[in-house]
Amino acid sequence: MTPFTTVTGAAAPLMQPNIDTDVIIPIHRLTGTARETMGQFAFEPLRYGADGAENPDFILNRPAFRGAPILIAGANFGCGSSREGAVWALRGVGLRCVIAEGFGDIFQGNCYQNGMLPVTLSARTVEELARQAVQGAPFTVDLINRMVISPGGTSYPFDIPPLRREALLEGLDELAQTRKRLAEITTWQERDQETRPWVWRHLPQATKEGST
Amino acid sequence: MATLLDKLWDPHVIADLGDGWWLLHVDRVLLHDLSGWRAMEEMRSRGLAAAAPKLAFATPDHAVSTAPGRRGDSYGPGEKLWSGLRDGAARNGIDFFDLGQIGQGIVHVMGPEMGITLPGTTLVCGDSHTCTNGGLGALAFGIGSTELVHVLATQVLRQRKPRAMRVRFEGRPGPGVSPKDLVLHLVGRIGADGGTGHAVEFAGEAIRALPVEGRMTICNMAIELGAKMGFVAPDETTFAYIAGRPYAPQGEMFERAVAAWRDLVSDEDAVFDREVVIDASAVAPTVSWGTSPEHTIAIDAAIPAPEQAPDADRRAAWGKALDYMGLDAGRPIAGTPVDWVFIGSCTNSRIGDLREAAAVARGRKVAPGVRAWIVPGSEAVKRQAEAEGLDAVFLGAGFEWREPGCSLCVAANGERVPEGARCASTSNRNFVGRQGPGARTHLMGPAMAAAAAVTGTLTDVRRLGA
Ligand code: SF4
Repeated sequence: MTPFTTVTGAAAPLMQPNIDTDVIIPIHRLTGTARETMGQFAFEPLRYGADGAENPDFILNRPAFRGAPILIAGANFGCGSSREGAVWALRGVGLRCVIAEGFGDIFQGNCYQNGMLPVTLSARTVEELARQAVQGAPFTVDLINRMVISPGGTSYPFDIPPLRREALLEGLDELAQTRKRLAEITTWQERDQETRPWVWRHLPQATKEGST
Repeated sequence: MATLLDKLWDPHVIADLGDGWWLLHVDRVLLHDLSGWRAMEEMRSRGLAAAAPKLAFATPDHAVSTAPGRRGDSYGPGEKLWSGLRDGAARNGIDFFDLGQIGQGIVHVMGPEMGITLPGTTLVCGDSHTCTNGGLGALAFGIGSTELVHVLATQVLRQRKPRAMRVRFEGRPGPGVSPKDLVLHLVGRIGADGGTGHAVEFAGEAIRALPVEGRMTICNMAIELGAKMGFVAPDETTFAYIAGRPYAPQGEMFERAVAAWRDLVSDEDAVFDREVVIDASAVAPTVSWGTSPEHTIAIDAAIPAPEQAPDADRRAAWGKALDYMGLDAGRPIAGTPVDWVFIGSCTNSRIGDLREAAAVARGRKVAPGVRAWIVPGSEAVKRQAEAEGLDAVFLGAGFEWREPGCSLCVAANGERVPEGARCASTSNRNFVGRQGPGARTHLMGPAMAAAAAVTGTLTDVRRLGA
């Protein structure tokens, strides 16, 4: 996973609440598109008109915000479907960080799996940042010190679970970390087959021999 | 003073990762063609094998055609997803329910009906509506593709324990008011992020009185509150539902399981981080008017004006939603003409839903100019409905009777509501473009959708006297 330490650049304000993952990446783009090329369809219903031409009013189409690494979004950003393609699409247009008052739980989890930093701040702070962002002046998001620094130099501290921060800073792969615990998992499963046999017993050979 | 969440969560903890994070065992994995196929491909390319293949179950639902006589390749772009899921399941030794077989259907309809979903189990799927399975008292939640590969390869997940929330529906709903109305009302009341960061236990007199299917309808929409998990404490209704299902424990093992499941209730003195009480007797048949599931109103109410919105961002959002939906604020929502009707999806495609819709359709005709689809949730539901003659009722009334799958809920299989067309739908999301680019969705229960089909307009089903 790509590590995240600090990112500096324009922050695009998109202050609509409840932007769902169907809008971030429409479903029919999930079946035929490789993960690496999903960026072209990010925000498709907002970004392009019905004729396929770019909507010049959409924030990421404006010259100051093309390729912006930061998005400042309305509340409950990324609600809805669990599709990880939503994060791949955002990464594909160059975004590394989304700042909002809150996120869809599954979307937020998917961000952490893909080197994307979700920053949660109060509604008031998000509004304030969005106002400072309109000209496209650069913000810095500093994960080492857990700060968003506005173009005027004001620092806004944010919270993030320490485990998530560490994984992002170092670009850790969760699967590799978990695989170190396979013995622990097997021991737990053997005990659980005794305590909750109905979860296992009617399923012949529930764990494949030698694989855990 | 444990909550049901504690009792579902704690027994699955393998390790404390600190800071509120846990290494959690996963008892069941459901795989579908959209996310499951991707996970299978990724596993193959990384040389990974399923750690516990007998705990995983696969079926195609999203990208397969639901046209009568369909095959796995009927929808061209979905062919590789269907065959990829089938082959990946075979490679890993995972049970795969193919088209035409019992077990095929929308994953969240399949899990419970096959006895795969059990009370007290942890269950995941690369799908946000996995919370549906919580209707049986399972801790069920949606995950992304990376986490799906993680769980297939290790049978565990790293998760933060959510906060505990309880929603109590007290009192009994009036005639013509379905579980869908209760949950649409709830989302309208507390908002699409009213449950974010929480696991929601649905409780109260109205929930206890519901069959398992209705509980699943309600849990299905926990995610529309922003909550990954929603569940109902299992009870005698639940145990009776599970008894005898193909993958459920049988005989003495079933009795042992039931004895353990009886403890899966929140203690009397349990403390919740958030509690909401809804008077179920005051809820009317409810429909959505906008493009977020929080945009709901009673069928006898007027379409709201943006000026009534609680804040500036929502005012702007409501205005955009009304534009997209082609609606005028202030007009009654009832009487709005519809072009399409979709009865299906993991919210409302089970046999009870089809019976409710058929009761309205019986002896009536789909209004001229309206296309109305019935898409059963699974092969088992389809066969049961046909055995009861419901297909004949629908066909006789001018509905189309289709094969099981997600279909117009998500428009991932080439089936879509045309641009600008208005659809009365029993699904769970009215997002922009959800049923097809430019499609306009009104969410409602199955009887309400059938009423819209036969009258050609959004209609209070109570007025049809069905
Ligand atoms: S029916 Fe709709 S909501 Fe349910 S799993 Fe299929 S696409 Fe998702």
